[in-house]
Amino acid sequence: MYRVVKRRQLAPSIVLLEVEAPAVAAKAEPGQFVIVRMDEKSERIPLTVMDFNREKGTITIVIQDVGYSSALINQMEEGSAFLDFVGPLGVKTEIEKYGTVVCIGGGLGIAPVHPIARALKEAGNKVISVLGSRSADLLILEDEMRAASDEIVVATNDGSMGIQGFVTDGLAHVLNRGEKVDIIWAIGPMIMMKAVCDYTRPLGIKTIVSLNPVMVDGTGMCGACRVSVGDETKFACVDGPEFDGHLVDWELAMQRLAYFKDEENRAKARLECEGGHH
Amino acid sequence: MALKVPRHEMPCQDAQERAHNFDEVALGYTREMAVEEAQRCLQCKNPLCRTGCPVEVLIPDFIKKVSEEDFLGAAEVLKVKNSLPAICGRVCPQENQCESKCILGIKGEPVAIGRLERFAADYEMKHGDGTVEKVQPSGKKVAIIGAGPAGLACAGDLAKAGHAVTVFEALHVAGGVLMYGIPQFRLPKEIVQREIGNLEKLGVEILTNQVVGKVTSVDELMENGYDAVFIGTGAGLPYFMGIPGENLNGVYSANEFLTRTNLMKGYKFPEYATPVKVGKKVAVLGAGNVAMDGARTALRLGAEEVSIIYRRSREEMPARKEEAEHAEEEGVQFRLLTNPVAIHGDERGWVKSMTCLRYELGEPDASGRRSPVAISGSEFEIEVDTVIVAIGQGPNPLVTKSTPGLELNKRGNIVADPETLATSKPGVFAGGDIVTGAATVILAMGAGKKAAASIDAYLKSKN
Ligand SMILES: Cc1cc2nc3c(=O)[nH]c(=O)nc-3n(C[C@H](O)[C@H](O)[C@H](O)COP(=O)(O)OP(=O)(O)OC[C@H]3O[C@@H](n4cnc5c(N)ncnc54)[C@H](O)[C@@H]3O)c2cc1C
Ligand SMILES: Cc1cc2nc3c(=O)[nH]c(=O)nc-3n(C[C@H](O)[C@H](O)[C@H](O)COP(=O)(O)OP(=O)(O)OC[C@H]3O[C@@H](n4cnc5c(N)ncnc54)[C@H](O)[C@@H]3O)c2cc1C
Ligand code: SF4
Ligand code: SF4
Ligand code: FES
Repeated sequence: MYRVVKRRQLAPSIVLLEVEAPAVAAKAEPGQFVIVRMDEKSERIPLTVMDFNREKGTITIVIQDVGYSSALINQMEEGSAFLDFVGPLGVKTEIEKYGTVVCIGGGLGIAPVHPIARALKEAGNKVISVLGSRSADLLILEDEMRAASDEIVVATNDGSMGIQGFVTDGLAHVLNRGEKVDIIWAIGPMIMMKAVCDYTRPLGIKTIVSLNPVMVDGTGMCGACRVSVGDETKFACVDGPEFDGHLVDWELAMQRLAYFKDEENRAKARLECEGGHH
Repeated sequence: MALKVPRHEMPCQDAQERAHNFDEVALGYTREMAVEEAQRCLQCKNPLCRTGCPVEVLIPDFIKKVSEEDFLGAAEVLKVKNSLPAICGRVCPQENQCESKCILGIKGEPVAIGRLERFAADYEMKHGDGTVEKVQPSGKKVAIIGAGPAGLACAGDLAKAGHAVTVFEALHVAGGVLMYGIPQFRLPKEIVQREIGNLEKLGVEILTNQVVGKVTSVDELMENGYDAVFIGTGAGLPYFMGIPGENLNGVYSANEFLTRTNLMKGYKFPEYATPVKVGKKVAVLGAGNVAMDGARTALRLGAEEVSIIYRRSREEMPARKEEAEHAEEEGVQFRLLTNPVAIHGDERGWVKSMTCLRYELGEPDASGRRSPVAISGSEFEIEVDTVIVAIGQGPNPLVTKSTPGLELNKRGNIVADPETLATSKPGVFAGGDIVTGAATVILAMGAGKKAAASIDAYLKSKN
């Protein structure tokens, strides 16, 4: 059993969980993910590693309540446990000394960007992080990101904090002041990652994204996670989840994410009428 | 006298009814049927049937026990050679193996060896006390990667030889294809788990959620005190056709479709949280066991029309005869000498139709089968909303890529000595689908047993 040793509510529907998983913690690297199953009847849910502590043997994940399974995980308390917790999965981020790096995290995407920014900074890069959210109260992990970066730029849709606008406006702010950016990491909702890539493609700034397609096994066995990158089909769980964002077929990726929508809504409706138990 | 009694048919659930449920199709012999069927066996001095079984089950011996109504004794005899009899009795292609060699088959019908094997194993599960003898520990440790039939058979034999065995399995349950691939209605998962429970009673330790190549590696296992490693990771990488439209919503690999249904129990959605969606008109590409399982599962999930699409003819279909017949009885259609060239989607990117080409049979190819030749200009459209791709699987590279010094063939399978199953890396053995490419349960088990014997010899030589 994989026990939750710490729970922190980061925003109204976003929770941070630190989970005991020593074998995973010993190997986890930035950019990788785990797959969890809460109990016998649960789905296998992929979640990015937000932090790892090799000494304590723990992995920290951040999860947003978007549907049936994520809602149940959101309700987990300290001391409760996951039945299954497998990882680290996927290819780790290529950490090198690039020069100046912008790390963009949109909404929940700030969590997976966190260990990447930290490792890039440790590798000697100048790390400017651009954090975006709908409003100030939904912005997560600001302190952690400040510690992991040389500078942070915040953009909120409603202007309640930092620049008013989207993360692309935050990025524009950095570029417009003359910063020479060597490479960008952008993680967040598909639509945000696509917008960043559309913006950086004409500028010729390499942009790495982390894709989150529907997954089942996470080991390359089912092909549920296939995405098209540079006109080639890739399995995001083993070939990714990070890819060159300029080569990703975004239309296809977004379309595939909607495939189980009806079933998801049914499950969620059931959860709401049963009040969180199954 | 014995010859006159006809072979006993397997009682089955009614085809119309079973096409809508996930209960087991074949119901198993009754006691009386089993005894009568066992009495048909001639107890040959030189039993040819055994030469057809990859693990050389002591066939006449166990059948004799059945005919004497000593069913527990029969199960004991089976287990001398086969640690998973309840599974093999259900899924072995007996008609090409043991039963194809049975002497009674020359003039009439062979003894129903597989059905008797199933009967004896099921009887033991119900009535046996499940005790196992403890053996003297050897002090040696062996790591097994993959809990499919190859890994499990290897683990069982090594444990019986006194070695401490740990199985590392990537998924959250052990069993490999037996759990995630072969459907409940053909092989109930409770039976697989019970057989695995028997291995655990022998002292085999099974660690799930361990993806070797990620959380640990073959080299690390060797450094951490394992004296030998067996790799039985199977052929789990699904192939796609490489035709336009294969990433549209509604196109599944058979692995995904079956994993959602079997492993995750998607057929009980929403009680179980993993959804599996099937449309009204389903096309299954391929005609092996995997394709039949996909087609029959689609029917059970509520599809109205399910067809197998295959570019050769009925005769060349690689599926077991019984599976193809069962599928047909349940209402699966066969569109033979047909192959898809493109899948088309609607404005939302969901599958709506498929363009196919008609084929005819030409000259025999390297495999001896007449090769299919496309008829030019024969394109036609069929309406479909779900496509299940079941054209084969290859080796998953997670373990092989993370193991330096392991020789692979050009398809990515591990090269292992056919006699000892030793790989190019000292102390590392491999068997099952990862070596042979997708094959059968019993061949994988046979390889696991062979490897166990040579690992045992290797460990003794190291003393
Ligand atoms: C590699 C990877 C890393 C991820 N990391 C995180 C993370 O760190 N934190 C986090 O909260 N979520 C993360 N996700 C997404 C998370 O897995 C999904 O939110 C979750 O599976 C949804 O399950 P559900 O039953 O709650 O929602 P559902 O009812 O299944 O879906 C609700 C909504 O979420 C969308 N959705 C469904 N499955 C996924 C999916 N696999 N990825 C993205 N959206 C999905 C649906 O389109 C729908 O709009 C990650 C996904 C992947 C593939
Ligand atoms: C749908 C379907 C139907 C079939 N029907 C029949 C039939 O009727 N009769 C028959 O004889 N055969 C049938 N087969 C074939 C048969 O199931 C296989 O040949 C057999 O299971 C191979 O056994 P294996 O142990 O080599 O591999 P598998 O059964 O594939 O087991 C491999 C195991 O290794 C695990 N693994 C993989 N990578 C890793 C890793 N990196 N770390 C840890 N673990 C890992 C996998 O999760 C899996 O559990 C069928 C196959 C399928 C897919
Ligand atoms: S294991 Fe398979 S091949 Fe061998 S006797 Fe049993 S059914 Fe026949
Ligand atoms: S060959 Fe047939 S009849 Fe002879 S022992 Fe084997 S099963 Fe019995
Ligand atoms: S999640 Fe199954 S192959 Fe990637």
